[in-house]
Parts: sequence; structure tokens; C-alpha cells
Amino acid sequence: MGGINSGFGAWNPIAWTLLFLGILIIGFFVRSIGRKDYKRGTDQTQPFLSGNPEPEAAEALHVRGENLYWGMVHGLSGYYQRVRAWHTGILNDYVAWFIGALGLVFVILFWIG
Amino acid sequence: MNALTVHAPVLLVAVPLLGAFATPLIGKLGRRTRDLFVGLIVAVTAALAGLLAANFFASGAAPSVYVLGGRAFNMPLPSGMMVPIRILFEVDGMSAFMTLITALVTLAGAYFSFSYWKERSGGSMYYSLLLLLTAGIFGMELTGDMFNFFVFLEITSIAACGLIGFRVWLRKSQEAGFKVMTLYTLSGLFVLLAIALLYGQHGALNIGFLASQIGSIGASLVDKIALGLLLTGLAMKAGAVPLHMWAPDAYGEAPAPMSAVLVANSQASLYALFRVLFTLFGVGATLSANGWILIVFAMLTIFVGVTMALVQSDIKRLIAYGAVSQIGYMLLGVGVGLVRRASLLAGGAALADKADALDYGFVAMQGGIFHMLNDAACIGLLFLTTGAVIRASGTRDLNKMGGLAHRMKWTTIFFIIGAFALAGIPPFNGFASKFLIYEASFKLSPFLSVIAILSSIMLLAVFVKAFQGAFLGSKTGLSDAGEAPFGMLLPMAVLALVVIAFGLFPGFFVDTIVTPAARALWLGPSEYIGAVLGGG
Repeated sequence: MGGINSGFGAWNPIAWTLLFLGILIIGFFVRSIGRKDYKRGTDQTQPFLSGNPEPEAAEALHVRGENLYWGMVHGLSGYYQRVRAWHTGILNDYVAWFIGALGLVFVILFWIG
Repeated sequence: MNALTVHAPVLLVAVPLLGAFATPLIGKLGRRTRDLFVGLIVAVTAALAGLLAANFFASGAAPSVYVLGGRAFNMPLPSGMMVPIRILFEVDGMSAFMTLITALVTLAGAYFSFSYWKERSGGSMYYSLLLLLTAGIFGMELTGDMFNFFVFLEITSIAACGLIGFRVWLRKSQEAGFKVMTLYTLSGLFVLLAIALLYGQHGALNIGFLASQIGSIGASLVDKIALGLLLTGLAMKAGAVPLHMWAPDAYGEAPAPMSAVLVANSQASLYALFRVLFTLFGVGATLSANGWILIVFAMLTIFVGVTMALVQSDIKRLIAYGAVSQIGYMLLGVGVGLVRRASLLAGGAALADKADALDYGFVAMQGGIFHMLNDAACIGLLFLTTGAVIRASGTRDLNKMGGLAHRMKWTTIFFIIGAFALAGIPPFNGFASKFLIYEASFKLSPFLSVIAILSSIMLLAVFVKAFQGAFLGSKTGLSDAGEAPFGMLLPMAVLALVVIAFGLFPGFFVDTIVTPAARALWLGPSEYIGAVLGGG
């Protein structure tokens, strides 16, 4: 009842969920047998920021949405320059894309189909 | 109860339509009375959709017709006539399936709006347009007549434009409304031209009759031109790349709960596209080409949608591009199914046997169709959570948000559920449908699966960005953000439960509602034609 069969593969979410919960319980168990002799409020429980001191202003710790994939977007800048150029926001361009797509569909239908 | 079931197709259009025109009058009696009335109308409509679908799927029934203006509501051909001429609704597995999607999303959108739109003016017109849009969508999904389809298409266009540009005090909202109005009009004109060509060629507007004509004498040059016009016009209204430019504007600028309903509107156009390709032109020489057109649209839509979502800093536009990308998965599943179906037909294989044997073409269609339902629930949920977030923080800019998880715990949980589901993380529902699409499209070409999987991973990155930007971070810097009121949390909770239920028990839903919908398209137009003209 729960799972699905693709004809050459299967997916059973109930089994997966039970397995996930089992792993979670094992994880909590391993954690529970860990050392408990650390001292709260000392460097032992502070986050490690590559050896840098924690900024005093809490806001400075929050990576803003714009910055999160800066490197990835920068690496793909060539692609993004082109794809952003399509999205001009100008209605005339939208209509031009529509006409262009219609032409392409006709080409496929009449020449290939 | 039986009479309700019998008349459900026409009531699904009539109830919200009458509600739309009565709402401004009821609104004169006060906000509470109006909200009660709209809530009742939407609930009754959803119950009718549930009744129609439950009756259809439980009985495993063949397509049925509902005729207006005749002596009997189940008699499509007047005595002595060879061509059905009356207004006609036709219910098969696919249309019954679509009514469930529309009912779910409009129910959530309307009930969310009661709290969301509480302090704003113009509520009567807002709900009037919502009910008009609902009536139009149901009409598109149930009609068996091309011209009626155009009428319902226009009703949805007018209502959708009104809702997108509803906040006239916002410049961007007006601009988006104008852009969408222009493009919807253009799309509608192309659809109308196609219908005119088909009418000129075959002298009828009934979909079943047209399908039988095209199937028996083959698609002529004029038919092919009509097919091209329909395909492009409907792909535009569905939001397929490169015809998607209006979608981020529309989803982004419409009030948040209406963005969710607009997704159902786009899916109705997608349904119409599938109806044209599988029923109207379900037999003929261009089947394989049609499938490849869908696959090309799908690949572009998936990849461009996701990559554009990644660079958005406006949370609503980010979700909107995510919604665009999901249309691609539906197109991919059904496109792969169409290509495979064409090759099976060319080889003379029995399609019903292939469906029973879970041929990869049929599995791809199951995946694509199941994803329509999953996407409506996930994207609907994400748009509702976004509405709550924007309402609480007073901004849409991810760079100005942060730390909302501290005070909006339930909204945060619902956002995580919606985001994980849409990105295809197990055990949520998005994974189940994408699993079928990946496996089946791999059989046609591994390249298709690779692009689809990579894009899904990128979509997870997109939602990590949105989650990190809006919900994580310190409490400081927040405005007076507080948890969304109960009236907004409840519809979100309902959609979240749907997402979880479809994710945990996909087999049940695939067997009961998805497979009959996929079979209705996969087996071609014969049953659909048979319901109108008899004989099958």
C-alpha cells in the first residue's frame, strides 16, 4: 500500500522512514554515551570560527541570503549574464519569445513531425 | 446524494460562478457574513469535486458526459444528428484528477485569505475574482467542447489578471497585471484562431467529435497549424520556458494565497495541453514530434527555472521560479510518455498491456501526473508560508530578513516540509513523483534524468538559501514579527499533512487516482470519443 513500483525499481517510504528513525535513535544513543565532563560557559562549548573570536554583534554572524551562493553564481557568471539578459522585463521581448517559440514549434511539427 | 453526484460536473462550475456574482452583494452585509458565505461556497465546491472524483475512481467508470440544453443530461447526440452540438461536460480519469487539485488549492487559498486579507479593503472584489477563477479552472478541466474551453480560458485569464494586479497601490503589481493581461490575451487569441481553424476544417467544436475526425482521416495541414497554435498558446499559459517570463511577475506580485491558486490555473492549462496532445491529436503522424517538443520545453523549464531561482533575493520571486521549474518535471514525465507511446503505436503494441506491465512510458506519465498534485500541494504550502513571512517581517527581501524561526516556529516547520518536498527529499511527496520521472526518463535518455536530478539538487540549494536568509540568524534586527494567526496556520497545516500523506503512502494514491488519470491519456481518444459518439 505504501510503496510504488516503477517496473525496474521500487520505493517504500515506510521502510525508509523506519530506517531513518532507527539511525536517529542510534545517533542519540551514541551521543548519550559521550563525555559529560565538559564545562558549560567556557571555551569548550563555544563555536569554533576558524580560530577567530566570535563577533559581538550577533547580526554579524548571519550570512545573508544574497551571499550564500556568491561563489557558485560568480563561477557561472557567463551563463547568468546570458540568461538574465533574456529576462528584460519588457513586454515586447516577452511577445518576441512567444512568436519565436511558435516558429520553432511549427518547424518541428512540419519538418520533423 | 446520487443527484449531487450526477450533476456534480455542472455544479462545479455553477456554484463558484454564482458565488462570484453574489459575493459583492453579500459583502454589503459585513465582512464576517461575506467570509462565511465565501467559505461555504468554496467548501461546497471542494465537496462536489471530492464527490465527483470519489464516484469516478471508486467505480472505475468509463468517461461520462453531462449535456446542457437537451432532453436528457446524458444524451450528447440529439436524435437524427451525427454531430454533438450542445454544451457538454466530459469527465474521465484525468479531468476528475484535475478537479481534486483545484479543489485542494482553492480551499487552502480561500481559508488562508480570511486571515490574510482581514485588515485590507476590497475583500468582496478579491473573493469575487477568486470564485470566478475557480469556476473558470473547473470549466477548463471538465468541458468537452473547444469553444466552451476558450470561454473558460478567458474567464480564468480575466480573473487571474484582476488578482495579480489587485493591489493597485503597488506599482509592480499593476505592471505585472498589465503584462500578464497582454500575454494571456495573446495566448487566448492563438487558441481562438486554432479553434476557428478546426471548426472551419471539421464543422464541429466537440472535442470527442474532432478527435474522431482527426483520427479517422488524419491530421491535415490546417489541423497541424491549429495544433502548433494550441501547443504554444497553452505552453505559455502553463509557464514553460522560454514562455515563462510572465510567471515570476504574476506569482511574485499576486497576493500570496492567490499565487497558490494561480499555480492551479497554470496546471489547468497544462491539463489542456495534455488533452490536446493525447485526445484531440492522440492518433496521427506527429505524436513523436509532439513528445519531443514537450521534452525540449521540459529541459529548458527545469534548468532555467532552477538557476534563475538561485539568484533571486526576493523570496516570492524565488518561490515563483521554483514553481516554474516544477512545470518542467510534469512536461518531462508526460513528454517521455508521449514519445514512448508513439513508438509503441508505430510498432503495433497494445497500449493497455504496456500500461499493466508498467512500461517506462506509462510510468513516466504516472510520475508527471502525480507531480501535478504534489507540486500543487508543495508550492501552495510554500506560497502560503511566504505570505505569512512577508506579513510578519514587512519585507520580501531575503537580505533584510533573518531569525524568523525564533518567533514563527510553526511557519518554519511548514516551510521546511514544503521546501523538502519540492526539492524531492524523501520521504516527502515530491520524491515519490520525481522517482518515477527519473527512472522512466532514464530509459529514454540518461541525459534527461541527469539534468532533472541535478536541477532538483540545485532546487534544494535554492531553498537552503531562502531558509537561511529568512528563518535562521539571531533574533535581533527583527521587526515586530510574530507567529501567523491560527486562521493562516490551519490551511498551511492541511497542505503540510497532504504533503506528508502523499509522501508516506504514494502507492495508495498512485493506484487509486494517478493511474486512472494516466490511463485516460495513455490509451488515447477512443474511450473519450466513445462517451460522446457511442461505440468506443
